[in-house]
Amino acid sequence: MSAEIMEFAELIKTPRVDGVVLHRPFMPTVEGTLCLTGHHLILSSRQDNTEELWLLHSNIDSIEKRFVGSLGHITVKCKDLRMIQLEITGMEECLNIASSIEALSTLDSVSLMYPFFYRPMFEVIEDGWNSFLPQNAFKDLESMTDEWRLSEVNKDFSLCPSYPPLVAVPKDVDDETLKKVATFRHGGRFPVLSYYHKKNGMVMMRAGQPLTGTNGRRCKEDEKLINATLRPGKRGYIIDTRAINVAQQAKARGGGFELEANYPQWRRIHKAIERYNVLQESLIKLVEACNDQSHSMDRWLSKLEASNWQTNVKEILTTACLAAQCIDREGASVLVHGTEGTDSTLQVTSLAQIILDPGCRTIKGFQSLVEREWLQAGHPFQQRCAQSAFSNSKPRYEAPVFLLFLDCVWQILRQFPCSFEFNESFLVLLFEHAYASQFGTFLGNSAAERARLCLPEKTVSLWSWVNRPQELERLTNPLYEPNSLVIWPSVAPQSLLLWEGVFLRWNRSSKCLDEAYEEMVHIIEYNKELQTKVNSLRRQLAQLETEDPLLHTP
Amino acid sequence: QKYYHYVHLFLQVEQVRLLDRFSNKSIHGTLYLTATHLIFVESNSNNSILHHHIASVEKLSLTTSGCPLVIQCRNFRVVNFVIQRERDCHDVYSSLLRLLRPVCYDELYAFSYNPKQNDQQREEGWQLIDLGAEFERMGVPCDQWQLTDVNRDYKVCETYPRDLYVPVTASKPIIVGSSKFRSKGRFPVLTYFYQEKKAAVCRCSQPLSGFSARCLEDESMLQAISKANHNSRFLYVMDTRPKLNALANRAAGKGYENEDNYSNIRFQFVGIENIHVMRSSLQKLLEVTGTRSLSMSDYLVGLESSGWLRHIKAVVDAAVFLTRAVTVEGASVLVHCSDGWDRTAQVCALGALLMDPYYRTIKGFMVLIEKDWISFGHKFADRCDQLDGDPKEVSPIFTQFLECVWQLTEQFPQAFEFSEWFLLQIHEHVHSCQYGNFLGNNQRQREELQLRERTHSLWAFLMSEKQNHLNPFYSPAYSEAHPVLEPSTLPYHFKFWRSMYHQFDRSMHPRQSILKTILTLKENSRKAESTLQALESVSTLLHIVIFLSFKLEPTESTDTERTVEGSSGTESRKQSYGELEGTYNSDLVKEEPAVVSLEFGVARMTC
Repeated sequence: MSAEIMEFAELIKTPRVDGVVLHRPFMPTVEGTLCLTGHHLILSSRQDNTEELWLLHSNIDSIEKRFVGSLGHITVKCKDLRMIQLEITGMEECLNIASSIEALSTLDSVSLMYPFFYRPMFEVIEDGWNSFLPQNAFKDLESMTDEWRLSEVNKDFSLCPSYPPLVAVPKDVDDETLKKVATFRHGGRFPVLSYYHKKNGMVMMRAGQPLTGTNGRRCKEDEKLINATLRPGKRGYIIDTRAINVAQQAKARGGGFELEANYPQWRRIHKAIERYNVLQESLIKLVEACNDQSHSMDRWLSKLEASNWQTNVKEILTTACLAAQCIDREGASVLVHGTEGTDSTLQVTSLAQIILDPGCRTIKGFQSLVEREWLQAGHPFQQRCAQSAFSNSKPRYEAPVFLLFLDCVWQILRQFPCSFEFNESFLVLLFEHAYASQFGTFLGNSAAERARLCLPEKTVSLWSWVNRPQELERLTNPLYEPNSLVIWPSVAPQSLLLWEGVFLRWNRSSKCLDEAYEEMVHIIEYNKELQTKVNSLRRQLAQLETEDPLLHTP
Repeated sequence: QKYYHYVHLFLQVEQVRLLDRFSNKSIHGTLYLTATHLIFVESNSNNSILHHHIASVEKLSLTTSGCPLVIQCRNFRVVNFVIQRERDCHDVYSSLLRLLRPVCYDELYAFSYNPKQNDQQREEGWQLIDLGAEFERMGVPCDQWQLTDVNRDYKVCETYPRDLYVPVTASKPIIVGSSKFRSKGRFPVLTYFYQEKKAAVCRCSQPLSGFSARCLEDESMLQAISKANHNSRFLYVMDTRPKLNALANRAAGKGYENEDNYSNIRFQFVGIENIHVMRSSLQKLLEVTGTRSLSMSDYLVGLESSGWLRHIKAVVDAAVFLTRAVTVEGASVLVHCSDGWDRTAQVCALGALLMDPYYRTIKGFMVLIEKDWISFGHKFADRCDQLDGDPKEVSPIFTQFLECVWQLTEQFPQAFEFSEWFLLQIHEHVHSCQYGNFLGNNQRQREELQLRERTHSLWAFLMSEKQNHLNPFYSPAYSEAHPVLEPSTLPYHFKFWRSMYHQFDRSMHPRQSILKTILTLKENSRKAESTLQALESVSTLLHIVIFLSFKLEPTESTDTERTVEGSSGTESRKQSYGELEGTYNSDLVKEEPAVVSLEFGVARMTC
């Protein structure tokens, strides 16, 4: 550990500068001392009534510096899309600070990340690392059906490096078969259970693309596996998250899709969800449009359109609705995949569950969904969230896949504001922590990597922090009333909105909206209080009534 | 079922299908045509459309399933009927065409509409809004402003109201001279007085200046307005038109004020487009949003190219400019456009709404519309196409005003006493011709029509169902702390108003409404408060009774026994207390059935 701290010390050329002026959107300017530590940028005015700034270096996406005379201006652009300005007198100090920030915010080594140094200042009531174990999830499944089993075939991550050690597969399919199927699917991602629809026993599975190649290679075991999920005489749907031409092109690189001839019981539907590098472009353009302060309506709308962000939201949501429709309305089982099965596939399977399963709309249920369908399912968080919208370098693996998922959840939340136990703040919190966090939850790219990093032993889980009464209170939707129905969102463009809580968060004052929210909470609480009073008074009266002899005399 | 007991039925067609315009869903029912309504009756509900709401009827060519009839309404409802027999369809079509185009005012619904009120109630309804009292509220007349009787008989300006307020120094010759130099005689008059700074908002039409004409009386008039405000050395003149339009008007002998001729004015163009541009902009917008299976990209491109939000922003920008000039600089402002009854009304009314919290209440908003729109002669009859008139005169100017207000309510959720339902309801009735308020083009015409005697007032009706229009988040304390609203007019603050333009397309709206839920809760709380009060008094009474019974029969029971009995008593009665909790919950949870059918793609088993 001390060697690592040494390493930080080398990177910090100037640990503190006095007289630094901080400008933040919609907040008063603060003058104070800037301190750099291994993981934080801190600005403190040493006055009681001004807010300090504590910024994780890992939250910094990029910085820009310019000079007016000897006064240096550093613009810090954060992964949560905030932009702050620092004014530092003295060219050398400013250059030192800038290069230190740059170095500290681009550390390569995972083990140097803040979660490994962070010690919780709160009491852990429930260790989040144990909150969502696959065994427990499977117990719920067992109570509904006996057609599935938990396989340990991937217990050492050798069959599929991006899968967890335990996966649910059809009971009649043995591990030997799974091994063969793994060789036929991209990244070894053989079809596994994603969701069981209790209402009609239909299932949703996910996988990587089949490696048919140009020769139309087939795999009997693969066919057997997915056919094992069909009821006698029933058919299923394969939802390929790529446009047909994209899927065709994948053959040349050894990939492909399920041919009708080999999968006669399945109908394939292609939906075009963009791949990760395209999504990153989309985010960059959207954020640029939102930060454009020009007053032209035409320019704003055309930039918003050109970013394609809303189109992506609509396509993902539509595909998820389609999957849910196949299961709930058509009474058919569904297999979802794209290319790798770690991005668009997960967007679709997780959103379909939000639509179908009321359990996923609770706070705990949603955490469990993120755990199952994103973390355990091998979405490469570390790669995808390494940079956000302000990155200057050419994106490699960065992409707002998870952010798009959260955006889609927000859209459904907007349309069913009483059906979710959590509020918008919870979604914003997950966005922030996926990109930069003191917790270990979103570190690493797969269950295998997380096991290697010993995260449960060395870091604190985000869920440990969230699942405490004071946090839960902040994240709870006061309007929530459990709704056991399937919720079908509208995907018409007129029904989908720009997620202002994320994209315009730092560009508008939220004071009026926050106050209105407080008022809403107040109205709801006042109502509850009144109802309680009325009920208890009624009870008391009834007591008096039953006891009092005079009232009983005929 | 209630309609056709007492109305004359023109037509009845069985086996008609009503199609949803965005999905493939349809319902079967019977179509009835009465003198005032088109009614579609289906097994468990009925839809009725006022003839006055119908903007156009189109009969499409026969298909295998029947003959389609498309009806577009002014409240943005689009109805697609499929009538089995072509002959029936033709009958409905031609009857509608006949009924749709009233040629004189007497044919309008307002003259036959009877809400079962007596004359006195009706009279009271009309007395609800008193503009004289409103000017008094603003602090007018005062030492600088007075009521003039120059237009008592509509002699000087027939599109203005009888009562007008002008600077005390503006003599009759000045007024008359100025009115001759202004389009349609609409000379500068007071519309809002900002008491705090003694700054005035005045309105008028364009001057007939042409390329070089001057009018000393008009110059004196502006001088008088400027002088009436001691806080500022100059008067802003806001021409709400784009400069190019104003220039073009000069060739026709009209135009704008030459700063050289008027002492101490600051002249400013604010660039709001004319009624024709607005009409076609809305048309484009509706074309885009009416498209089936609309892609996100086409939607956003269409939103942009329609220019609609750009126009809305222009109006709000102008109102913000006006507000700043008055409240920050303390200057008086004279607002005009061409005739001073469209853009001028928008900007003056919206500006006043930003400056004065009173106009953000339900009553105050009615007063505002009565003042700046109805009394100052916004041509509702022409703009809303009440009679079969010139289609080039039709324009959604008032709709735009309502939308601007809605955009503000989105930025300031606690500043308005009313919710968007109030705005939608007003919009509905501006076109329904069911109440007298919006009939005709100006006050003089309304008096001739004897509307106060022969029709009912919308304001009284809206006031009677005030509960439905309240904004549950409204905070008078907020208005006290922020009397003047300062909205941001950055483009992303302007949103497409789905509740207006897709009012009748239910599938597009959130399935659960926060507004509705919170309103219900507030109503429940109100009821609970009175229940609580009642219970508390009963409880006090009971305690007295019990206290007395102790005194009378002290041996009957002891205190200890009482406690024991009490707890079991609670258990046995629990069921009946649950009631209140029960209704409270069920109100909330199952407001709307969550199952809606939508076409997400091709998911029909064909393989």
